[in-house]
Amino acid sequence: MNVLEMKDISKDYFGNRVLKNVNLSVKPGEIHALLGENGAGKSTLMNILFGMSVIQTTGGFEGEVSINGQPTNIVSPHQAMDEGIGMVHQEFMLIPGFTISENVKLNRELTKHNLVSAVTRNPRMETIDIARNAKDARAALDKLDIGIDEYTRVSGLPVGYMQFVEIAREIDKTGLKVLVFDEPTAVLTESEALNLMDAMKKLANEGIGILFITHRLDEVIYCADRVTILRDGEWVATKETDDTNVVELAELMVGRKVEILPKDKKVAEDADIIMSISDLHVNMPGETVKGVDLEIRKGEILGIGGLAGQGKIGIANGIMGLYPTTGSITYKGKTLKLNDTKSTLDSGIAFVSEDRRGIGLLLDSSIEDNIAITSMQVKGQFLKKAGPFTLRDKEAIREHANQMIEEFDIRCLGPNQFSKRLSGGNQQKVCLARAVTLAPDLLLVSEPTRGIDIGAKKLVLDNLIKLNEEGMTIIMTSSELAELRSISDRIVIVNEGKVEGILHPEDSDADFGLMMAGTYNKVRGGAK
Amino acid sequence: MIDKIKSLAQGDNLPRFVITVFLLLLFVIAAILKQPIGVLLGDSLVRYGMNGILVLAMVPAIQAGTGPNFGLPIGIVGGLLGMLISMEFVPQTMFMHQWVGLIVAIIGAIFFGAVFGWLYGQLLNRVKGSEMVIATYTAFSFVALMCIAWLVLPFKNRAMIWPIGKGLKNTITMENTYGGLLNDFLSFKLVENHATGSHMFLFNKTGQYITDTYGIESAIKFQIPTGMILFFLLFCYLVYLFINSRTGVAMRAVGDNPKFAESSGINVNRSRLLGVILSTVLGAIGIIIYSQGFGYMQLYNAPQTMAFGAVAAILIGGASAQKAKISHVLIGAFLFNSLLVVSLPVANELVPAGGLSDVFRVITTYGVILYALAKVGGKTNA
Repeated sequence: MNVLEMKDISKDYFGNRVLKNVNLSVKPGEIHALLGENGAGKSTLMNILFGMSVIQTTGGFEGEVSINGQPTNIVSPHQAMDEGIGMVHQEFMLIPGFTISENVKLNRELTKHNLVSAVTRNPRMETIDIARNAKDARAALDKLDIGIDEYTRVSGLPVGYMQFVEIAREIDKTGLKVLVFDEPTAVLTESEALNLMDAMKKLANEGIGILFITHRLDEVIYCADRVTILRDGEWVATKETDDTNVVELAELMVGRKVEILPKDKKVAEDADIIMSISDLHVNMPGETVKGVDLEIRKGEILGIGGLAGQGKIGIANGIMGLYPTTGSITYKGKTLKLNDTKSTLDSGIAFVSEDRRGIGLLLDSSIEDNIAITSMQVKGQFLKKAGPFTLRDKEAIREHANQMIEEFDIRCLGPNQFSKRLSGGNQQKVCLARAVTLAPDLLLVSEPTRGIDIGAKKLVLDNLIKLNEEGMTIIMTSSELAELRSISDRIVIVNEGKVEGILHPEDSDADFGLMMAGTYNKVRGGAK
Repeated sequence: MIDKIKSLAQGDNLPRFVITVFLLLLFVIAAILKQPIGVLLGDSLVRYGMNGILVLAMVPAIQAGTGPNFGLPIGIVGGLLGMLISMEFVPQTMFMHQWVGLIVAIIGAIFFGAVFGWLYGQLLNRVKGSEMVIATYTAFSFVALMCIAWLVLPFKNRAMIWPIGKGLKNTITMENTYGGLLNDFLSFKLVENHATGSHMFLFNKTGQYITDTYGIESAIKFQIPTGMILFFLLFCYLVYLFINSRTGVAMRAVGDNPKFAESSGINVNRSRLLGVILSTVLGAIGIIIYSQGFGYMQLYNAPQTMAFGAVAAILIGGASAQKAKISHVLIGAFLFNSLLVVSLPVANELVPAGGLSDVFRVITTYGVILYALAKVGGKTNA
């Protein structure tokens, strides 16, 4: 009998279907890996399992969840805990100033009588029994073979140990049936990851079902018994790990129909280099770049792909000087000044940020001001003389904005509508119009289609192709591999802050999958 | 019609709507109580002109993203220094000494305002996100510090220092310098002689002239302080020009979204610094206009709470802690100051106990500020 069974799970957010008839089952004592790209639906599935409020407030889900064969309807994380489902979080949910034993027993402390509680007969007045709590914590740590003292404060522990404290907390709970590990190895070194996986095996031997979410393929092969692969919210396959291999998993994870949009011209392999980047380090929180070397050819669309958090977003932000950057960038034969946004803009590079609402727009300003402002600041356009003063030229701004609204098909009430009132797709077009107004030779576009509907997506991509055909070199960073493959000339895959490899759109799904998972060079012997 | 009223009463406009309705109500009550409406209106205009530039000083600070300038007293102290220097060094025997005195005071105010504003801006750039509270206490400390300075600064003019002992006086009359200069410039006054009951219309005449010619029993029934209003409007226009320049647009972008500004190659800290300096300089000039209308300059603790009235005025005008326009200044300064002028006689008539109108002023001022600040908090929590 399966300890956990999720059957025909479907979920939509406001008409946007994120899960379609997904099935997942975990046997007692089994390590079951859940594999998928960002946005494949892993998190949503876990949110359903834990009864997170985001699911309830958006209309619940379809399908059935059973624990030990009993259908259950989990509506709160607290209930999930009572049902015996535990979770080891990716970001540590520990209190740094508390000891390990205090963290393990937090809110479930064992208590003993004291004078006040004896008189009031109120268990809430009882004193915490430190020794018994520590004993429990010790037992949990011993189960994991961790020799560390249970009275140590969490704050000084290495990252690898913190993860174990989290696990100890979960296994200390009585009646634990299923333990979910949410990308636990993402923050660990290789040897720490090995330790962790050994601990997982040990727990599985005690009969606990383990659900292991990851995108590291070799880890799946190393420790999982079975693996379920999700893609675009759909169940793709469930396999015994003995019957499969890294290449097949990569293919299953990435594979999908790719529609390559027609491009009139191909960029020759020996075209001039417009920008060359060497040893680029960008300290962007969550998207650190750790030494990228790259050459961009004049007139191409270069795609940058990779999984979230691996550093692909950091490259464009680094070129723009928005985060502390080291290394060297040569643009059109000249050295580009790093960490100086103004001089990057001055040299003819424009940027459409991945954070549309946070960085890309002045939400409380009109569309026309949004479009004109960067050019006004950088190139001194849209200004007119009025006596001794130089003022913004309202007419010129209006005229240009109207032209852009037509060209990019921005659906709005008029050029003086506030940009925050536009839909995501139209906001993206405003961002693009602003960048194009600078008439750059090199355009950096990050996540141009994130959170916008299909129709707008196509318009944005078509516009990029059109700009490219007019001679603009484009570097597009995107989490959507299909979209990168549909318009790019070459695609760079970034993993752990470095370039894993460069592929062409026609290359196989397996190659893309292996590169994104960071196992390409291991499997294919580093040859490209 | 109802929708129209609803839209007038929404969001940032709510305080403006409430205060407007309340002000109209006060005027009606004043009329019923047979208060002289003409006098009240005239006094409202005088207070409008006196306080206008202080309210205007909020605009660059809000637009640059540092919030309403609660550190306005810092600029005010700069203006006071300018006025003291003008009084010390411009002799009253000089040709056109009043105008020269005013201009020297303004030049001094710009100098000290810029220096203080620069220092104060450096501080605000280091405490992004908590500008308003820090500005308030910076101003309080600075005013306290200047209390020592007023005692020890080596001014010699007999009109300014205590007859015995050391230091500058608490209030210094400007009767013999440029007090009332702008109020009276091109002004219109309707004067009634109580003794004879006759009315008289005077153009461009000072209060001194009225007393000397018609006797002290004459009273002003209605007045338009044309010079002062014109001066205020001139400054509004200058600020309007600035915020529509390239630098001004950059400053507004910084206030709206600093990250956006940065990615457009705008120097965020420099823009904020500029906004703070401009606000401080306007505060310095503002206190000169205020003092010449009032007839006295007030030192020591007087500047301490002057920011609050200005902040309340612009908020009533429809501004928020993040958005402000010149129109908010024009409307807010009038509503707030008229409210204070009209509420005084009405409150005194209704509750003879006295002091109530000042309580009322405090409630309005702090109430409106509280409303605006609570809204800032609400937004970040949402």
